[in-house]
Amino acid sequence: MDVTFRIRRLNPEIPGKDKPYWQEFKLSDVEPTDRVLEMLHRIKWEQDGTLAFRRSCAHGVCGSDAMRINGVNRLACKVLVKDLGTKIQVEPILGLPVLKDLIVDMEPFFAHYRQVMPFFVNDTPLPEDGRERLQSPQDRERFDDTTKCILCACCTTACPSFWANGSYVGPAAIVQAHRFIFDSRDQAAADRLDILAEPDGVWRCRTIFNCTPACPREIEITKAIGEVKLAIMRGSPEGIIQVQDIQHEA
Amino acid sequence: MQTHQFDAIIVGAGGAGLMAALYASKGGANVAVVSKLYPTRSHTGTAQGGIGAALGNHEPDNPLWHAYDTVKGGDYLADQNAAKVLAENAIDAVIELEHMGLPFDRTPEGRISQRRFGGHTSNFGEKPVRRACHAADRTGHMILQTLYQQCIKNEVKFFDEYHVVDVLMNNGACVGVVAVQLGTGELHVFHGKATLFATGGWGKIWQVTSNAHSLTGDGAAITFRRGVPLQDMEFFQFHPTGIYKMGILITEGVRGEGGVLLNRHGERFMEKYAPRIKDLASRDVVSRAIYLEIRDGNGIQGKDYVYLDVRPETVNRYLAEAGETRRVTGEEIEKKLPDILDFCRVYLGVDPVKEPMPIQPTAHYAMGGIPTNVDAEVVIDENWTVLPGMYAAGECACVSCHGANRLGTNSLVDLVVFGRRGGMKIAEYVKHADLIPLPANPTAEIEAEFKRIRSSKGKSKPGELRGIMQKVMMDYVGVFREGAGIQQAIDTVQELRERYQTDLSLDDQGYKFNTDLIETWELGCLLDLAQVTAKSALARTESRGAHSREDFKERDDQNWLVHTLAFSKLAGPYQPGALHLDLNTNKKVDLSLAETDPRFAPKERVY
Repeated sequence: MDVTFRIRRLNPEIPGKDKPYWQEFKLSDVEPTDRVLEMLHRIKWEQDGTLAFRRSCAHGVCGSDAMRINGVNRLACKVLVKDLGTKIQVEPILGLPVLKDLIVDMEPFFAHYRQVMPFFVNDTPLPEDGRERLQSPQDRERFDDTTKCILCACCTTACPSFWANGSYVGPAAIVQAHRFIFDSRDQAAADRLDILAEPDGVWRCRTIFNCTPACPREIEITKAIGEVKLAIMRGSPEGIIQVQDIQHEA
Repeated sequence: MQTHQFDAIIVGAGGAGLMAALYASKGGANVAVVSKLYPTRSHTGTAQGGIGAALGNHEPDNPLWHAYDTVKGGDYLADQNAAKVLAENAIDAVIELEHMGLPFDRTPEGRISQRRFGGHTSNFGEKPVRRACHAADRTGHMILQTLYQQCIKNEVKFFDEYHVVDVLMNNGACVGVVAVQLGTGELHVFHGKATLFATGGWGKIWQVTSNAHSLTGDGAAITFRRGVPLQDMEFFQFHPTGIYKMGILITEGVRGEGGVLLNRHGERFMEKYAPRIKDLASRDVVSRAIYLEIRDGNGIQGKDYVYLDVRPETVNRYLAEAGETRRVTGEEIEKKLPDILDFCRVYLGVDPVKEPMPIQPTAHYAMGGIPTNVDAEVVIDENWTVLPGMYAAGECACVSCHGANRLGTNSLVDLVVFGRRGGMKIAEYVKHADLIPLPANPTAEIEAEFKRIRSSKGKSKPGELRGIMQKVMMDYVGVFREGAGIQQAIDTVQELRERYQTDLSLDDQGYKFNTDLIETWELGCLLDLAQVTAKSALARTESRGAHSREDFKERDDQNWLVHTLAFSKLAGPYQPGALHLDLNTNKKVDLSLAETDPRFAPKERVY
């Protein structure tokens, strides 16, 4: 089939192209199961080598190729042509400065990530037998969903609250904090809850729900943010996430 | 040009690089991590099934059994001292990852949960053992995230999206690297006492691969061009279960959970090839079996793929046949293999709980690479002579703990074990080593090469050259090989190198995020590594592990219990003309375990 791509472009080095503009590319012999990323590569390799975008793993795990595709944040490697039709519009994710074509400045995003203490803290003595700390399958399950985050920024750059105010830490940073706050082995939940109780923390979330469908890992982000809000209100993450008994084979 | 000075420079921010950075900085070294990707984009994050360690959380296990499986899996080309270190250190390394917060799945008792994996057995090959420690089917993702988190906690200095393009040598030592800052196109010199390469593999040489676009073997190529040998390059693993046509990996954990391979007749064909452990034989064995089935017309619809079936009814039928009491449900499959199910649903429209998955072997992992000892120090000859200041760990390195074929889970073990050992060794080294001055004009050669590429006015698009290379390597230097075919690949790649040197056509003449230029430079790395791979494959006139010669079907321990060392004969990194090699086959395989334990002596490999 034939597909027309309409791509938002910008090249800071070329006068006349240093402001955003649209450019169309036509591709033939496209298979319905082709990924958008493959089509962008075909444009780059066959038609215009100057087209710039980030990519790496090409199967939705590394988080490099978040883009706004037909108006929705997606990973280019995880959306197929058959789900988009023959007219496909691609533009950079919103809310971060565009550096060239589909490449945005990720530094503000990672700065927010670093703000929430995104690392395990437990200074108690290690088990004397030299082995792992114990954790029940139920306790492990409580934060399972938020361990899936790949920091692609699809959620944060789909969030109107973030568009309105870039100092808001954004959904991705809250997801990362959630992963530790609800980990029974971690001891810095109180510090993280304090950070997220600040004006640029969770309360800038207006529960608009854009983040959840934007997530290519299908993390229930709005729910996770709600759990963090509840933990702040109660002063503790205890008892907030209920987990069913987990069946284990012997 | 800017110059930065550090005690230690870590090139690459995957598992090995981050582990090395963490341990070098914990040991007091001033460390910079220089990476062409944001660290969390690294390919470690795509590893799925697990990390092997003889914790014995479900059933008895022993690091010696792990070492045995590794040696046997490697078809006796693994250095046995390295396999022993790998298996013994794996236990501490995994426990330490848990202490860093890694969210492993748990047993009912709260211990790290373990699953079966190909080639991992108890009691010297007796039966499959649960050794792979897992976090669902995203174990690599969790390792990468955890290590990056710990680096942030320890305030490690990162240079993200700085692409290392040359290595600097002076007075016979490595003194740093040159990197291009992708956002500006500016060259930066990183000057240090120790440099560790952790740049990953080069699966992009082949057409069907599980590897990321960024896996172009940069570290291996630039050190090779500066005189460091590449070891055992003929050994590249084809993982048996890639998604048909796309190459996306389907973890061996699927078979660890009971999934089976079926041909067009619904026959579980691995029973013929590995009667004892069947679908859980090591990867080279299973990949060959799939090729042979396809060749015999047993592919699905007569085509070049077979089925991987993890439907509960199939799994339970074979579990019952094997006399096992365990049964699985669709829900458990969902819980244990969420990403695999997601890949199949998204890319194939296939639901693995209800339908079998179409799979074919996919180029996956470089057993060969930059030769090192067990402390990640780069060694440059058959006498294990250390090159001062240069280290390598992870897939780009060849310790060699994997020999001719790596076992599943052992890549993650390799990263954490040898990344950690390298980091510790560096911390010790930089305390007493002097900072050797930079060579004169450290960026001159790479600057000239970039200028040449940027201003090229020929007719050959890099994408076209890459496509030809990938096809010829897939056809002739893949799962099965024979002399004339390999020679054809060598000739084709040489033609491509000539076109690359004289006839390139580029669109982007800019500096900022010039991905056209960078991809083209990466293609140069791939072409060099393809050539070294094919020439090493032609030279090795035997079949061993992942290197299967149809014109030399037997393993030849008399002549080939040695590593291949390939040296460039070119005088500099960007000399025009053919890539002539000096192939040295004097480096003997370490058989130290076999000296005291006959079970480790090379013998016929049956599963």
